[in-house]
Amino acid sequence: MNADYLNLSNTQLALAAALILINGILSLLLKLGLTRRLLWASVRTVVQLLLVGHILSWVFRFDRWYIVIGLMMLMTVIAGLAASRRGGRTYRGMRVDGMVSIWLSSWLVTMIALFVIIRIRPWYEPQYAIPILGMILGNTLTGVSLGLERMTEELVARREQVDLLLSLGATRWEAARLPSIQAVRAGMIPTLNAMSVVGVVSLPGMMTGQVLAGQSPLQAVRYQIVIMFLIAAASALGTTLAVLATYWRLFSPEHRFRAERLVARTASKA
Amino acid sequence: MPHSPLASSTDAHRVLIEAHQLERHASASGRCLLYPVSLQLYGGDRVAVTGPSGAGKSVLLRLLSLLDAPDGGQIRWCGVAVNRQTILGYRRSVAYLKQRATMLDGTVADNLHAPFALKIYSDLRYSPVTVLNLLAAAGRDASFLQKNAGELSGGEAQITALIRVLQLAPTVLLLDEPTASLDPASQAIVEAMVDQWFAAVPGRALAWVSHDPAQAERISNRSLHLQAGRVQPNDSISPKPQVSIP
Repeated sequence: MNADYLNLSNTQLALAAALILINGILSLLLKLGLTRRLLWASVRTVVQLLLVGHILSWVFRFDRWYIVIGLMMLMTVIAGLAASRRGGRTYRGMRVDGMVSIWLSSWLVTMIALFVIIRIRPWYEPQYAIPILGMILGNTLTGVSLGLERMTEELVARREQVDLLLSLGATRWEAARLPSIQAVRAGMIPTLNAMSVVGVVSLPGMMTGQVLAGQSPLQAVRYQIVIMFLIAAASALGTTLAVLATYWRLFSPEHRFRAERLVARTASKA
Repeated sequence: MPHSPLASSTDAHRVLIEAHQLERHASASGRCLLYPVSLQLYGGDRVAVTGPSGAGKSVLLRLLSLLDAPDGGQIRWCGVAVNRQTILGYRRSVAYLKQRATMLDGTVADNLHAPFALKIYSDLRYSPVTVLNLLAAAGRDASFLQKNAGELSGGEAQITALIRVLQLAPTVLLLDEPTASLDPASQAIVEAMVDQWFAAVPGRALAWVSHDPAQAERISNRSLHLQAGRVQPNDSISPKPQVSIP
């Protein structure tokens, strides 16, 4: 670590938090009606991050594989639950599909990163394992939830066309191909966009963090390059798994479209 | 086998579709949409399916096309139960047309080419001659092919949908009120094209849902009357032979 690195005091945190007053004043002036939500969001930001800081520092100190795995599982479950919350339509089993897709893809890619690419010893070194999984999870979550949302939307919008193809004798895959492709594309595009503007329009948080901590920018970008490819692989894999899972749920082996399984999301779940 | 719809049969009046105790419930409420019905469709049959709205006519046709899963009962094609291996061939032999034609994205030509991209038609090639003949029967010329399918009138779309299935020479047509929302001219064209298809090869058969008694009389030689999800055995719109109900 570079000696220039400054630790932030509570006063400095408070000064930064005061910036939320800008949002508050805007909300009041423009009658956005967001004051309460702003306050709540600020409190959550502070509390959640301080909590995570304490948990992580405990995990880092404890340094046992089962603690690291436990935390990784918790992170994955939270991401998995969030994956199926988008979109106006849902089906029985969507939550499981989102969870399984995120779990398989993000863990597979994280394991490749830890064992094959970065080759950390021990492999569960929390300083690496947890942030890498976290970054992969965040992006896979976006891909999977966009993929699920688009797939169900396409199937509702193209229901008649799917039915027509089936009535002509199309296999279930021939009938579902177009919606599936659209859905996988929709899930992969955010990652592709991020990859094409990274470093030019946006400086990724991890890289910024490394540079702030005194790491050489040349090393920081190397890590960032690795992360971008990990994210791309995991979100593509997760999105594809989620879309295929939806396909298997909604198309029977008798080549029927079970449109009745796609139900409008009830208000309580939305 | 369903894969060869043109396989010659010495008996043009062979049984094509046998439905045994078919029934269907609403997926959400479980309400019975169609009570168990058994019927046979033979080569040469032209069945008018009649009955008030909500009687289960469309439910029956969708079951016969196997687009919806029956909640009970079975369908046999030429004496053989249809299973997941043979269902695609069955759907090729048994074409289904609904009231409002569904168009795929693109032009009329794209719509007519679309079936040939499917595995089940890998033995067939798009035939411009067949299509031009069908277009001529519909009073249209080749310029019709370049129209955007999304901008067709209801009648034009139904004609396109009809050509889309007729070029594939199915053995059975299931027509769910194909002319109910069409102008009289389009209606006459659709009826004439179906007539032509029926007469072209002996042993073909059709079931036609119609609300119009005059049309039902014109297009049928047998009738099936549905009321509140049940087939009415003694009700016939014409003195022609009944669909047999064992």
